[in-house]
Amino acid sequence: MNTLLQISGLKKQFGGVIATDDVNLEVTKGELHAIIGPNGAGKTTLISQLSGAVRPDSGTITFKGSNITNRPAHARAQLGITRSFQITSLIMSMSVLDNVALAVQAHDGHSFKLFKPARKITHLRKNALQFLQQVGLENRADDPASALSHGEHRQLELAVALASSAEMMMLDEPMAGLGPEESATMINFLKTLKGQKTILLIEHDMDAVFALADRISVLVYGKIIATGKPDEIRFNDDVRHAYLGEE
Amino acid sequence: MNTIGKITIAGMLILAIVPPVLLLSGQAFYMDLATRLVILGIGAVSLNLILGFGGMVSFGHAAFIGLGAYAVGIPAYHATYGEFEMVASYNGLLHIALAVGFSALFALITGAISLRTKGVYFIMITMAFGQMAYYFFLSLDIYGGDDGLTIDVRSELPLINLDSPMQLYGLSYVSLAVAMYLVHRMVNSRFGMVLQGTKGNVERMATLGYNTYYYQLLAYVISGAMCGYAGFLLGNFTTFISPDMMHWTRSGELMFMVILGGASTALGPILGSSLFILLEEILSSFTIYWHLPFGLLLILVVLFIRGGIMGLFKNMGGSSK
Repeated sequence: MNTLLQISGLKKQFGGVIATDDVNLEVTKGELHAIIGPNGAGKTTLISQLSGAVRPDSGTITFKGSNITNRPAHARAQLGITRSFQITSLIMSMSVLDNVALAVQAHDGHSFKLFKPARKITHLRKNALQFLQQVGLENRADDPASALSHGEHRQLELAVALASSAEMMMLDEPMAGLGPEESATMINFLKTLKGQKTILLIEHDMDAVFALADRISVLVYGKIIATGKPDEIRFNDDVRHAYLGEE
Repeated sequence: MNTIGKITIAGMLILAIVPPVLLLSGQAFYMDLATRLVILGIGAVSLNLILGFGGMVSFGHAAFIGLGAYAVGIPAYHATYGEFEMVASYNGLLHIALAVGFSALFALITGAISLRTKGVYFIMITMAFGQMAYYFFLSLDIYGGDDGLTIDVRSELPLINLDSPMQLYGLSYVSLAVAMYLVHRMVNSRFGMVLQGTKGNVERMATLGYNTYYYQLLAYVISGAMCGYAGFLLGNFTTFISPDMMHWTRSGELMFMVILGGASTALGPILGSSLFILLEEILSSFTIYWHLPFGLLLILVVLFIRGGIMGLFKNMGGSSK
C-alpha cells in the first residue's frame, strides 16, 4: 500500500474538551477517504491540525514520508496538501477569477514580483478560468466573490482547492447548506475527481459519503471507532450504536 | 477609462495647474498650502499601500516623516556648525539616501516585530515604536530636543533649487505622481494580489501556500521608505523640524487622510490630505477650537460614507474598481 498521509497518536484538548483523542489514520494515495461522525466529534479540528491552522498537543502527522507536525500552514500547502473550509473562506473583496488565480499563482514561482500587472499574466488567468469551468462558474468570473450565492461559494471553494494543484485535498463539508439538486451536481463532480486526487472528505450527507468513499473512518468524541469499506461501516455494530443510532 | 480613473486624472491636473497659477498671480499663501498637502499626500499614499491595500493599520507612520526630515536637518546642521564631519553635508542626494535608507531600516526592524501581532495589537505596537522615535529625538539636546531644529540651508540638488517655492512644489508634485504610479503598479502586480488577498483572508492565503509574513513585511518597508522620502521634502519645505512631527497624533492625521479620502484607491489619500489641510485652514480661521467640528466631520464621514470621498464617487459613477 502506498501511504500518502499518516497520522499517529494525534491529541488535541481545548480546556476540558478532548477534541482529538489518540487518532491514528492512514490515507492511501489516490483514495477518497471519508470521515463521518456526529456534530462536535472533532472532524473540523482534525482537518485544522492536518492543514496547520491548529497545533496538536501530541502525536505526529507524516505526509509523503516527511514529518509535518510542526510545519506552518503555508509550508504544508507548498508540499501539496490543501483544504477547503466548512464555513466559506474566500477573499470576498476580490473577483471570483482573482480568488482562483491567487491559488494558481501560489505554485507559479515566488510572488515578489512588484511591477508587472498580475491580471495580464495570461497563463495565470487561463489556468484559473479552466478551474472555474470545471466547477461551472466561468460566467461569474468577473463578479466579486461576495456577490455569489451560497451554492456558488461552495463551488468556488472547490475551484480554489483544485487550483492549488495539491496532491491531497481535504474537503470540509463541501455539501453543507446545498439543496438536493446542487448536492447531486457536487457528488457527480467529486466522482470525476476520484482517482486523480487523494481526497479526505468530511461530510454529513450520508448518501454522498456512501456513494463516493473508498474507505470511511468514523469519528466519535475525538476517537476513531472504526475504519473500513462503506459496506463494513454500514453494518458495523459499534458505528450503528454510536452514530447511526439504534432503531 | 472608468469614472474613478477620470476623477484621478482630473484631480491630479487640478493640482498641476491651480497652485502654480495662484503663485504667479501673487497668492504665495495658497502655494504653501498646496505644497504641504502634496507632501503629506505622499505620506498618505505610502500609508495607503499598507493600510488600504494591505490591511495593516499602522499608527506610527509619522515616525518615518520625522526620520526623513531629520535626515535633512542633521547633516545640514553639522555642515553649518561643524562636528561630525562624516555626515555634514548640504547634498540633497545624500539627504534622500539617508531619509529613504534609515526609514527602510526602521521599517524593517519595527515591522519584523510588529507583524508578529495582529489587529489591535498591531495598531498599538506600531504606535509604540512611533512614540519611541518621538522620545528619542526629543531627548537629543544637540538637535534642539523638543525646541526643534531650524534648517538654515535647504538641500542642494542638481538642476533643482529648493529655495524656489515653484521648484519645490514641482519636485513634490512629480514625487507624488511617481509615488502614486508605483503604488498603483505594485498593488496590481502578483505581489499586490498577495497583499490584498492577505488583507481579505490570512488563513486562506496560508492554506494556498503563501508565507504572508514576508509579503507584508516588504510592503511595510516600501511604505516606510516612501514616507521617509516625504519627510525629506517636508523638512525642506518647513525648514524647521521637531520631534512633534513624529507624535502619534501626527500618525493619526495621516490615517485620517487615508480614511477620509478613501482607503485602497489611488486618489483617495490625496483627496484626504487636500480636504484635511483645507478644512484645517478654514476651520481654524473661525475658531481655535477647530478640532471639534473637524472631529465631528470625520465621525460623520466614517459613519455615513463607506469608503471615504472616493466611495461617494464610486456610488455616483456606478462603475466599480
